[in-house]
Amino acid sequence: MAEALGNPMIRMPGSAKKGEIVEIRSLIMNPMTTGLQKDKKTGKLIPAHFIQTVTITFNDKPLLDIDWSTAVSSNPYLAFKMRAEESGTLKMVWKDNTNGSWSADSKITVS
Amino acid sequence: MKQMQRRQFLGTGVTAAAVAAVAGTGLLRAGNAFAGNVAGWPAKAFDAKVLDEAMGDSIGKTDVPVSSKVSLKAPTIAENGGAVPVTIEVDSPMTTDDYISTVWLFVDHNPTPLASQFTFTPACGKAYIQERIKMAKTDNVRVVAKTNKGELMASAPREVKVTIGGCGG
Repeated sequence: MAEALGNPMIRMPGSAKKGEIVEIRSLIMNPMTTGLQKDKKTGKLIPAHFIQTVTITFNDKPLLDIDWSTAVSSNPYLAFKMRAEESGTLKMVWKDNTNGSWSADSKITVS
Repeated sequence: MKQMQRRQFLGTGVTAAAVAAVAGTGLLRAGNAFAGNVAGWPAKAFDAKVLDEAMGDSIGKTDVPVSSKVSLKAPTIAENGGAVPVTIEVDSPMTTDDYISTVWLFVDHNPTPLASQFTFTPACGKAYIQERIKMAKTDNVRVVAKTNKGELMASAPREVKVTIGGCGG
């Protein structure tokens, strides 16, 4: 089950008015396997492989921290919100249980 | 210290004392299904096999009053239990004095009921999340939210009828 890994994406408006609440959507490739399912060919358990943490900052300040279990669907989609107070960079870091780590960022101009 | 506590949770089925004895030797990494747990990831709550235990280990309580401030949207029927969209929104001013600090999402009878934990800051503006989760079978989904003052409130449990279970992945 060779699947693509990583390739994180962020969709955020490029501009907003000060005080406006913007929605940010994100996606990353990860199998999110539970460790409970057997490989149909070999009969062996497929090891758990999943994103455990998503750390989201804006201008290096903490915005949202997420802890995930294997119950999150493969290639996890995540949407959240932010109050646009200043221009800057939103950064997301995803980490999985096999020492995988991916990051992506997106800029917004606030007027 | 935090690292130590987290590591002690790594080996389910091994007593805490035994785990503590070998913690730091690196032995724990070998042979564990979740060998590379990320620092700070709350393994104990995520490893809990029944709802009460998962709630106790995450929230510290199993009985939380339902509040209309906690909204949980999920489909009534999900053909594919492997990707059930859920939307969580908690009514809060999200100011530095009054905000939602943590939200937990549970699926009552999944092999491990705690699905996700979200730690918000006032800068979010809204305590809002949308994601997709796996459900093993027709079951209840529920959310518990905690304010920065420690007040707990829950959503009403929402039943999702699952046609094809999604715990294969």
